[in-house]
Amino acid sequence: MSPHRSESCKEIFTLLSEYLDLELPNEACQQITRHLADCPACVEFADSLRRTIDLCRQYRPAEMPGALGQQAREQLLSAYTRMLENRNK
Amino acid sequence: MDRDQEIELTRRLLHGDTIAFEPFIEHFRTKIFQYTWLMCGQREDAEEVAQETLLKIFQNFAQLHEPERVRPWIFRIAKNECLMKRRKSVFAPDHELSLDQFMPAKKDQAGQVKIEIADWSGVPDDLALQAEMKEVLGRAMGELSESYRSVILLRDLEELSTQETAQILGLSIDLVKTRLHRARLALREKLDTHLRGRPAVRGENR
Repeated sequence: MSPHRSESCKEIFTLLSEYLDLELPNEACQQITRHLADCPACVEFADSLRRTIDLCRQYRPAEMPGALGQQAREQLLSAYTRMLENRNK
Repeated sequence: MDRDQEIELTRRLLHGDTIAFEPFIEHFRTKIFQYTWLMCGQREDAEEVAQETLLKIFQNFAQLHEPERVRPWIFRIAKNECLMKRRKSVFAPDHELSLDQFMPAKKDQAGQVKIEIADWSGVPDDLALQAEMKEVLGRAMGELSESYRSVILLRDLEELSTQETAQILGLSIDLVKTRLHRARLALREKLDTHLRGRPAVRGENR
């Protein structure tokens, strides 16, 4: 076990989101990949974070907007047509 | 509807094709409402802010010169409308999340360093199969303060890029990354605690 293990775990912990989002420069990315190859604890943690992100991407609140009322629809349509008219002037 | 379809719809609407009006509204109204609902926390406010957002969109539609940017453009308007509503809403107090508070506690087990973590292997990849996890996740999002919630909604729910999110929220790219990471860590921890089936006892690990 590397003597700096805990320090490098901490560094990896800081960069995990960027690592999972593929937003890290190559060198930093490879460094993390090397660390993960040798650190089951960090792998386990990274996996739980990755799954959290996956769940967030699927998450939609159960609430849906109520039906769009006639008045609200007309308000939007008239804003749209006015915009078209003004633009063509 | 994917982003390419959104862009196509927007392009048609910008060209004055009124047939695109209904599908555009139908699609974005739900998206905007779900965002405003998660930001405002109240149905009535969320409906009102969503309608205001749509109205602003159509009033200013001619200013959208690049249809490719429709999604970030719309969410920028939605975010501003949410801010206008802010006084009346029930936002969680704004407080900074520190990284350290989310570092998993370590334990030495027979010479091996382990971390305190739930067993995530049984969690299905499909959130639809996990009503309980969905509820925990929704609650956890509501508990995030606004500055973190807004970042996670745009980056992970709406899948906007870091740069787009930074532009919408008027933040630096680095700050978006920092807040996103902390928000995700906070959600991860809530889910982890739920999976372990016990309340958080972080004090003992400090």
